[in-house]
Amino acid sequence: MSATTRPEEPAPAVTPPSKHGLASREKPDPIGLAVAVLNRLAQTSALDRFGLRRPTERAVFEATRSGFRTLGAVNRQFARKGRKGATGTRVPAAAGTGTFDVTPTEDEQMLVDVVSEFAEELVRPAAAAADEATQAPDEVLKASLEIGLPILGVPEELGGISTERSAMAGTLVAEALAKGDMGIAVAALAPGAVSTALSLWGTDEQQSTYLPAFTGADVPAAALALAEPRPLFDPLQPRTTARRDGDGFVLDGVKSMVPRGAAAELFVVGAELDGEPRLFLVESGTEGLEIEAEPAMGLRAAELSRLVLKGVRVGAIAPLGDADDYAECIRLSRLAWCALSLGTAQAVLDYVIPYVNERKAFGEPVSHRQAVAFMVANIGIELQGMRLVTYRAASRAAQGKSFAREVALARRLCAERGMQIGNDGVQLLGGHGFVKEHPVERWYRDLRAIGLMEGGVLV
Amino acid sequence: MINLETPKKFRPLIGQAHQVAMNLLRPNSRKYDQREHEYPKELDMLAAMIDGLSDSGASNGAGAAGVRRSEEEQAAAAAKDEGRTKNGANLASVLSIMEMCWGDVGLLLSMPRQGLGNSAIASVANDEQAERFKGVWASMAITEPGTGSDSANIQTTAVLDGDEYVLDGEKIFVTAGDRCDAVVVWATLDKSLGRAAIKSFVVPKGTPGMRVERLEHKLGIRASDTATIIFDGCRVPKENLLGSPEVDVKQGFAGAMATFDNTRPLVAAMALGCARASLELTKELLEGAGVEIDYDRPALGQSAAAATFLQLESDWEAAYLLTLQAAWKADNREPNSLEASMAKAKAGRVGSDITLRCVELAGSIGYGEHELLEKWARDSKILDIFEGTQQIQQLIVARRLLGLSSAELK
Repeated sequence: MSATTRPEEPAPAVTPPSKHGLASREKPDPIGLAVAVLNRLAQTSALDRFGLRRPTERAVFEATRSGFRTLGAVNRQFARKGRKGATGTRVPAAAGTGTFDVTPTEDEQMLVDVVSEFAEELVRPAAAAADEATQAPDEVLKASLEIGLPILGVPEELGGISTERSAMAGTLVAEALAKGDMGIAVAALAPGAVSTALSLWGTDEQQSTYLPAFTGADVPAAALALAEPRPLFDPLQPRTTARRDGDGFVLDGVKSMVPRGAAAELFVVGAELDGEPRLFLVESGTEGLEIEAEPAMGLRAAELSRLVLKGVRVGAIAPLGDADDYAECIRLSRLAWCALSLGTAQAVLDYVIPYVNERKAFGEPVSHRQAVAFMVANIGIELQGMRLVTYRAASRAAQGKSFAREVALARRLCAERGMQIGNDGVQLLGGHGFVKEHPVERWYRDLRAIGLMEGGVLV
Repeated sequence: MINLETPKKFRPLIGQAHQVAMNLLRPNSRKYDQREHEYPKELDMLAAMIDGLSDSGASNGAGAAGVRRSEEEQAAAAAKDEGRTKNGANLASVLSIMEMCWGDVGLLLSMPRQGLGNSAIASVANDEQAERFKGVWASMAITEPGTGSDSANIQTTAVLDGDEYVLDGEKIFVTAGDRCDAVVVWATLDKSLGRAAIKSFVVPKGTPGMRVERLEHKLGIRASDTATIIFDGCRVPKENLLGSPEVDVKQGFAGAMATFDNTRPLVAAMALGCARASLELTKELLEGAGVEIDYDRPALGQSAAAATFLQLESDWEAAYLLTLQAAWKADNREPNSLEASMAKAKAGRVGSDITLRCVELAGSIGYGEHELLEKWARDSKILDIFEGTQQIQQLIVARRLLGLSSAELK
């Protein structure tokens, strides 16, 4: 593995998996080898004696471990339409008032009310089972289409509902949805990430070709694929490459944590072209594209997958926006993740308050102790801080102001403090927080995603 | 419409405060840190200028919470009727104080006629009192040797004798207690009635029976004098009791505590101003050392110094917006007790965290007296203590969120 033995080999695009989580320098000595043999024996007898083998789980596990892959979903015909190279339809930035205000507009509030009701009545009750099944239920996803999630960021002229930049509305919606469940929220928001990207950066041809599917009755699954499986991954330097080939492009690389990858019919993929990071539209049926399940610690309802691109050839229609648009895409995606963390953190707070007020120890509710009460206070304080910092970034984005700094700060805060909230949520329930009878352990797993996710969702 | 930018109409005000902070406070910062208890005479000139600006209506000074409630009420009500949100005196104060404390916290606290007592008068005084105490520099005397955070337990007494109250007791930690014109003193009318019997009294300097006993030597904000004041049979006219003399056991402490809903965001703003000074200088020092903060690249892919800086700045931003939110709620006459305590808790702790971390990031430059970083790290500490400690803020937030009384969550 060292540089001296294989000097000319480039760093791999995908970090090879470790064996049992061991660093590569770990080598068994003779005693260790003997223990390893014992371990195998013990496993076999234990399995036989207690019937612990759970065939289905095992199959899933092995499939993942061995890199089981399927082809991308067969995509519908996206008939080429529109004027090549002509600028697409754009909505204007929201006009600012110059007044400090934390109140959403009436339209935004109505939207939040609808989505909140959906989250409470349909998403939350489905969350535990969806986490277990690593799949968001069809009826919930169908209902999410009815409330207009995929067309939130699409201009009115193109069949959507957006009359101005929708980053603020999108942020409020993602927050409200994640209060139900973050995994299902990601699954439900994934197509909207692609339709919003098309609306923000698409040419007339790209919008005319792809957007009608999103504004129609049969909305395709779709995904924004930016992350790559590598430690310290920097989305501004993707290792997935695009090479010019005739009037088209050839893409190679691996994208990671792609929501509903197996079902998606259209991807927006981040790849480097001529030394610059760029976005490319890739239809799922394109030759050379494969999907590999990538279940994770949390967000399991989002059916996370890897997208393996081997010599995938796309046409001249594929490049979406320029390098600046790519950077904006990164920021808007991080913003969406911050918004999701707000909803889940709020769910934690709302759950622990009645719990610590009802749970008794030493003859009184545990909330009567400062050690417990201060933890709840800090959840409240940090959550509101996260919310305001995220809102500021969102409202700047909606008003067409620079927001790189604000998103970066929101992301740091939501990653750090959001995870602390997830951690405290479990801690406050003690042993009960550790078991699946309560949702706090799921929120703990979901909140870990915020600081590392790139792509998937977008506002 | 959600918009969390600095209100446009306050930008000139902030600009003015920034110029004052840069050109008058900073040049005197180290001087009065080293000459504790010496009166910063430069401030008199500044106070005269600020008074002039206030009279011309061009400015809201540091004590802008001293804008009369009745006028503010009317403006807020009008805005509400029209479905507008209001950006008023509370936001203006928070923003200008933040700017001044970017200059120097200790000097801001020594600004003539801008004391915390002035905020108390503004919050609780009736119209006659407001007129009578106009232009008075009032400090605030609550804490006693045996009573800090549990201010309901104060021992200083006020006994009505004819047309006067007789005050007896000892007050400590009175900011500007030596330099002020008057002290707003908390005293109890009847210890057996608990917090409901605590009232505040305006005691002008020179009133017989009141004396400044001594001045403290402190960790930071050394430009600001901190006095111990003794009241020994001190008589004040009964008209100097702020608010109602009735002891309403049901109403309890609410009247006296209402002041804090206005002043806590101000103290949070002090912490934010001081912390921003540290962040800005540290950022420049780091850039000089080859560390650029990149907002687009993941923090963990950058140097440890850059990642640390991003974390500090994000905490600052959260505290800043919590503080603006608390002031904005007050401007719109919405209850803001929870938000005020959240702001104070977050700003207080990140103020210490940021200024201390910046000393570490800047190394010996940060620790040495050649720069002000070490001073800011000393100044910031008090801001997590006075006007309610970190722990008191957490108690208030916790009680609100959990719906618990002070008897249930002690």
